[in-house]
Amino acid sequence: MPDAQSSKIPVTVLTGYLGAGKTTLLNRILSEPHGKKFAVVVNEFGEIGIDNDLVVGADEEVFEMNNGCICCTVRGDLIRIIDGLLKRKDGFDGIIVETTGLADPAPVAQTFFVDETVGAKTALDAVVTVADAKWLKDRLKDAPEAKNQIAFADVILLNKTDLVSEAELKDVELRIRAINPFARIHRTQRSDIAIDKVLGQGAFDLDRIQAIDPDFLEAGHKHFHDEDMRSVSFTSDAPLDPDKFFPWIQELTQREGPNILRSKGILAFKNDPDRFVFQGVHMILDGDHQRPWKADEPKLSRIVFIGRKLDVPALEKGFRACVA
Amino acid sequence: MAVNSTPSSLTSKLRVYALDGAVVGAAYLGTTPVFALAEGVLAFAGEEPLRVEAHKGVLLSLAADARSILSGGDDGRVMRTRGDGSTEVVFEQKGRWIDQVAVGADAVAFSAGKTAHFLPAKGEMKTLAVPSTVGGLAFAPKGTRLAVAHYGGVTLWFPNAQAKPEFLEWKGSHRGVAFSPDMRFVVTTMQEAALHGWRLSDGGHMRMSGYPARVKSMVFTAGGKFLATSGSNEAILWPFASKDGPMGKQPSMLAPRDVRVSCVAAHPKDEVIAVGFEDGMAMLVRISDGAEILARAPDASPVSAMAWRADGGALCIGTESGSAGVLVL
Repeated sequence: MPDAQSSKIPVTVLTGYLGAGKTTLLNRILSEPHGKKFAVVVNEFGEIGIDNDLVVGADEEVFEMNNGCICCTVRGDLIRIIDGLLKRKDGFDGIIVETTGLADPAPVAQTFFVDETVGAKTALDAVVTVADAKWLKDRLKDAPEAKNQIAFADVILLNKTDLVSEAELKDVELRIRAINPFARIHRTQRSDIAIDKVLGQGAFDLDRIQAIDPDFLEAGHKHFHDEDMRSVSFTSDAPLDPDKFFPWIQELTQREGPNILRSKGILAFKNDPDRFVFQGVHMILDGDHQRPWKADEPKLSRIVFIGRKLDVPALEKGFRACVA
Repeated sequence: MAVNSTPSSLTSKLRVYALDGAVVGAAYLGTTPVFALAEGVLAFAGEEPLRVEAHKGVLLSLAADARSILSGGDDGRVMRTRGDGSTEVVFEQKGRWIDQVAVGADAVAFSAGKTAHFLPAKGEMKTLAVPSTVGGLAFAPKGTRLAVAHYGGVTLWFPNAQAKPEFLEWKGSHRGVAFSPDMRFVVTTMQEAALHGWRLSDGGHMRMSGYPARVKSMVFTAGGKFLATSGSNEAILWPFASKDGPMGKQPSMLAPRDVRVSCVAAHPKDEVIAVGFEDGMAMLVRISDGAEILARAPDASPVSAMAWRADGGALCIGTESGSAGVLVL
């Protein structure tokens, strides 16, 4: 990894519906004997905080950037808090931002791409969502916030597994997969998990996008078809034309940005020896040439969207039209 | 735009100070230059160097008049520091950050989160809650009126009057705020790379955009003819002399380089500005003809704060690396 990336302070966003076990996880992270120092941005001062760490209260002020895009919302309070934290001489090993149970993670994530000062010194590491194994199914039906948190996650703690049967667990995992094919799911009780499964994930680091596993995509969709929030994936054996792909993806995310929560892709362009990887949060896209395709690696382009009201035939047609 | 060959240089006259922390603010107390460091220290760079620990934590905001410096910190304190190095706690709210401070003729103001506080020299403190965190605070040059910038616009608060605060609306997050010296205009720096202004007589809008980066530093020049700003590869000066302000006019661009301007400071008497860059270079620029004099050579650390002595005879320059300088003209 280049030095510029690694010298940035990693930021972990911790979400989860009310009562799922977010605060328990936060307390675990802070109290493990890892010798690291964290700044924690919380919305309510609860019973957390270890001597070594700094806990800052936030106001969860979400505002639209005045750039004509309604989905480009950021957390203004977070920009100011991080500006202030970055002035501390002794620094931190990481920043953890806990959102309220009803929060949409997107504005928090977008803050790290939209503000220059914040983006220069910190890097979003992962969105970690704690979900209640017993109640998640119901919340996915009645709480759009819970669905957003699952759709947005890079890491999901399926918590309180002791309260449900193995069959129920499998069922809820499939429902999660139908919405979110990339997230790493960990089964936990009382939010008990090794810290390295939650922190240091590099989920937004283009260098660390390895593969988008097709098995998950299929598995969930066979069983559950959530019309409201879902993921779709397309692949192409034929190389793509960058002059067709970039205008398409840019126009698509500009137009459908509010509905597309996350997107990710590994692409093979014609006459290009390198893998091109990209990822997006609503309309904010980040992409780069990553590394040369390996000799034994099939030059397969794969793209995934997670979103609401996705027009699957139109997306597929658009993607197919990018073939060189 | 001026075309200069090698600018003349005053760098040999720059007295250099190595401070052990990022400079976040600068001011003159009488004739003594004072640098505010991020970790809460005020470093007096006078005959006798002096370090005053104003905050147990990060110094977030700073404002000054000739006699004292007012600072706000993440220790929840508003501190007043005088020229002899003595300090006084003006206000304290544990667990909160003092995001903004401002100094008026006979009063001070500060903010913690969404609450703005007004504290007159004689009398009781008053508070005003605004819809979101206060991004900027400024006293009007005359009278007792405060501009409070926040998300969605600026609230003009008259703490001594019964009148309801006036609201100047403009979508977006407003972070810094200033009154023009003639009090005809209020201007904000925004989270977007733009400024927004209002003509107070009729609420007319002025949108000043075209910057490649967020504007973090703005100042009206002596006499108020121009508003000088950072945020571009040259100092941008918006004309404010006419009744319409900069509406429909192009700004002047001074000291063009291939490095962004990080800080501007206006000479208190003459139409001269000090322009600091992200690579540590600082220049004095005469507005009338764009003539440049080099004040500080580049050293890779952004100029983060500058202040002129009240008589305009000296300038202090601070950087993010803690390297600071004082130039006596």
